[in-house]
Amino acid sequence: MEAGRATAPRNRLAVAGARSTTEAMLRNQPRSDVIRNAVFAGLLLLAVLIALAGLLALVIQAFAKGSSALSLDLITNPPSTAFPEKAGYRPAIIGSLQLIAGVMLFVVPVGVGAALYLEEYADSSRWWNRLVEVNIQNLAAVPSIIYGILGLAFIVRGPLDLGFILAAGSLTLALLVLPMVIIASREALRAVPDSIRQGSLALGATQWQTIRTQVLPASIPGIATGVILAVSRALGETAPLLLVGATVFVTFDPTPFGTDGYSAMPVQIFNYALRPQEEFQALAAAGILVMLVVLLAMNSFAIWLRNRYEQRW
Amino acid sequence: MLQAESKRYGERAIKWLLALCAALSVLTTTAIVISLIGPTIGFFEIVPADDFFFGVDWTPQFEPPSFGVLSIVAGTLNVTLWGMLFAIPVGLGSAVYLSEYASPRVRKTVKPALEVLAGIPTVAIGFFAVSFILPEVVVPLWPDGLLGGAEGKPFLALAAGLGIGLMVVPIIASMSDDAMRAVPRGLHEGAYALGATKAKVATRVIFPAALSGIVASIVLAISRAVGETMIVVLAAGSTPKFTLNPVESIQAMTSYIATTATGDISTGSVDYKSVFAVGTVLFAMTLVMNVVSIRLVRKYREVYE
Repeated sequence: MEAGRATAPRNRLAVAGARSTTEAMLRNQPRSDVIRNAVFAGLLLLAVLIALAGLLALVIQAFAKGSSALSLDLITNPPSTAFPEKAGYRPAIIGSLQLIAGVMLFVVPVGVGAALYLEEYADSSRWWNRLVEVNIQNLAAVPSIIYGILGLAFIVRGPLDLGFILAAGSLTLALLVLPMVIIASREALRAVPDSIRQGSLALGATQWQTIRTQVLPASIPGIATGVILAVSRALGETAPLLLVGATVFVTFDPTPFGTDGYSAMPVQIFNYALRPQEEFQALAAAGILVMLVVLLAMNSFAIWLRNRYEQRW
Repeated sequence: MLQAESKRYGERAIKWLLALCAALSVLTTTAIVISLIGPTIGFFEIVPADDFFFGVDWTPQFEPPSFGVLSIVAGTLNVTLWGMLFAIPVGLGSAVYLSEYASPRVRKTVKPALEVLAGIPTVAIGFFAVSFILPEVVVPLWPDGLLGGAEGKPFLALAAGLGIGLMVVPIIASMSDDAMRAVPRGLHEGAYALGATKAKVATRVIFPAALSGIVASIVLAISRAVGETMIVVLAAGSTPKFTLNPVESIQAMTSYIATTATGDISTGSVDYKSVFAVGTVLFAMTLVMNVVSIRLVRKYREVYE
């Protein structure tokens, strides 16, 4: 360490010398190149600023339009067409909470299970395993409205025949975000080095014991991050719910298997947004604000989780 | 891959249970295809395939109804075209900036901001498109009378297009950024050593080297734009028109599905079946684009990783 400290100033001098030589050479570039460089850099910065301005404008506009409707009534009151000034999102919020609870119940075991199979067991030279892989990547990009059609034809009616109930909506959303969970879980599992597995197997553990006691615990932060991001996607999804029954103007608290209808936060926002009156537009904007706050909190938590518990091997 | 085939029944049962979870994804695809195909065949028993695939009038509510799908396909392409004209330059510009120009500190703030944009519910972007982009951006900036003018129209394809563009910018930016960062450092340094300027390195060396990943991001973005529902429902209107004119109210495939298949539509009706026929077209279009995108990503991964 003593020697390192002594050479540090010398290194710094050498670096500074090299840099000034290079910069002097670069300064001799043809003038047109310098201008072209500056214009190019400016255009790139402009692109970033446009994207960020779009995000900023969206948030500011929701606040400007919705601030008049921001009150506790927004959360505690049911929607009302007669008294928009007292209307709120209560059944929609309760519906959304139940929907995502159902999504988690389904997606965590199935998603992690599928990821474990593909990462720990599957032989990727077999065609059927490659098929599953490509299939999952494709499913992640299938339009959400197609999942709505699947929910309508397969879950609400057809083979499962659940009817227009909240649980059917929940299952539809779960299938929609399942590929996201599988892909994120696979990445988390892949980050665990093989030496951990080899060490465990060498000590006589079976493959499942290795997974249960070594691989899974080490990858939980990554999996949790993926699950949170998937749930936040499910929370904001509107289109498939329109097809599987969440369209009615619900004024009571929905239940998972109730046949009287249910609502969800984004569907209720959509419903308000369609009404031209100023009061309903304000309600829609206020609902968007509430959702943005919730989603931002969830995403920040996911990023924090990833950074806090990320293991470096 | 480690394989320790065990004689224990429990171990094997677990393997099969996990395989079942993975198989469920194939089952989902199969279920999607089955649920689309059945009613679609039923639809073509009533409406001739010629009229559907080559017709340009989409008027299911008229008597007799007309189901010319090109009309709503054009609606989707209209919105997608204007959306991508916005999203490709903005997204690629952001990607090049992030991977080649931004300091680590700027990168650390801009990248999460773009991730936030990617996580915004589309119903919120749709609301933004119809209540801000349309009245405050498109109408004031659109030249008077050009292509019929934008003034006084409650829905515009261009407003929905810009909303969709905003939605897919993070996809293009982050996927292309990943692709460009996967280009080996040596290529940068070699180019700099030969005296290339920063702009030249970015456009002539890194960009071509990452091209398959960049194209993959654009194809995936187009697939997302074609499948997007809430933004077009809220901002593009519901009047099917066979046009690419940005200052018209149009109807996209997704918005036909979303507005028709709600409420108490009866299972046997032509309208019900038409939803599935349109869904099949939409699924086929996005499937092709997704497969192309997946292949392209795999190509650059093979080259550099």
